[in-house]
Amino acid sequence: MSMDSAEDIKKHVTVYIMVFVALMVLTVITVSVASLSLAIPLAFALALVIATVKGSLVASCFMHLVSEKSPIYWTLMLTAVFFVALMFLPLLTMLDGIAR
Amino acid sequence: MEIPYTVDTRADTGLNNVKLGIWLFLASEVMLFGGLFSSYVLLRVGAEPGTWPQGAEILSVPLATFNTVVLISSSMTMVMAWASLKLRDLFKYRLYMGATVALALIFLIVKVFEYADKFSHQLYPSESTFLGIYFLITGLHGLHIVGGVVVNSYFLLPGVKMWHTAPERFTNRIEAAGLYWHFVDLVWIFLFPVLYLL
Repeated sequence: MSMDSAEDIKKHVTVYIMVFVALMVLTVITVSVASLSLAIPLAFALALVIATVKGSLVASCFMHLVSEKSPIYWTLMLTAVFFVALMFLPLLTMLDGIAR
Repeated sequence: MEIPYTVDTRADTGLNNVKLGIWLFLASEVMLFGGLFSSYVLLRVGAEPGTWPQGAEILSVPLATFNTVVLISSSMTMVMAWASLKLRDLFKYRLYMGATVALALIFLIVKVFEYADKFSHQLYPSESTFLGIYFLITGLHGLHIVGGVVVNSYFLLPGVKMWHTAPERFTNRIEAAGLYWHFVDLVWIFLFPVLYLL
């Protein structure tokens, strides 16, 4: 996707406005869902799904990841692998036999 | 010596060095905050049943919701500042960048009020594991906001001189500053539900 001509930029501005409105609506939904007093696992899942949608909108549109070059995708894929490993690190504590 | 590839793209990466550099920095930032999120998961899962408070019992959800709106708005004004430069409209750039800095300062002021309220109720980081991780993560995020304010203020005031001599290079600088700023917004998008609502 070209970002050079004035016409392209104006089209992108329209997308930015739509993304901004979507982020505001999703913020209201996040707070509304939290006030429903759902069970913790369901509340966690819903909140993280909404946050992921919001984060994806910011990353793909505001940060232009939707039309980036491959070195950036490769860098981020490697980062994602290590990030997932970090998130699963707490599971290793369950293998700790000393504390039992 | 002139810094190479600030505007021209390198043949091997297809990118200018500004963009590759900021994305490598952001990758390291993902790991920094990722480590803290992982610590949060470990502390929460490892807490004695019933001892981990729900964020809303201690923290102010309305203030955090307001700050979420402020930060998302600042991301919007930041991307509009960059788009204004692409459209060669310096006046609108100044307007949007000024709004970005102002919104960031509003976020920090609200955070100061939040912290002051906690301290006035003797709720310090040492009070509980929850408050320890809350102050650590939001404090680090707040420092990132301060860093963004410093950089964006520079580009709003003295740094804008570059527009008159090297407009494309200046636009790339604003894009890099914007990528950092959107990342700070992205982190808050996850911090808000995890710390305040769950």
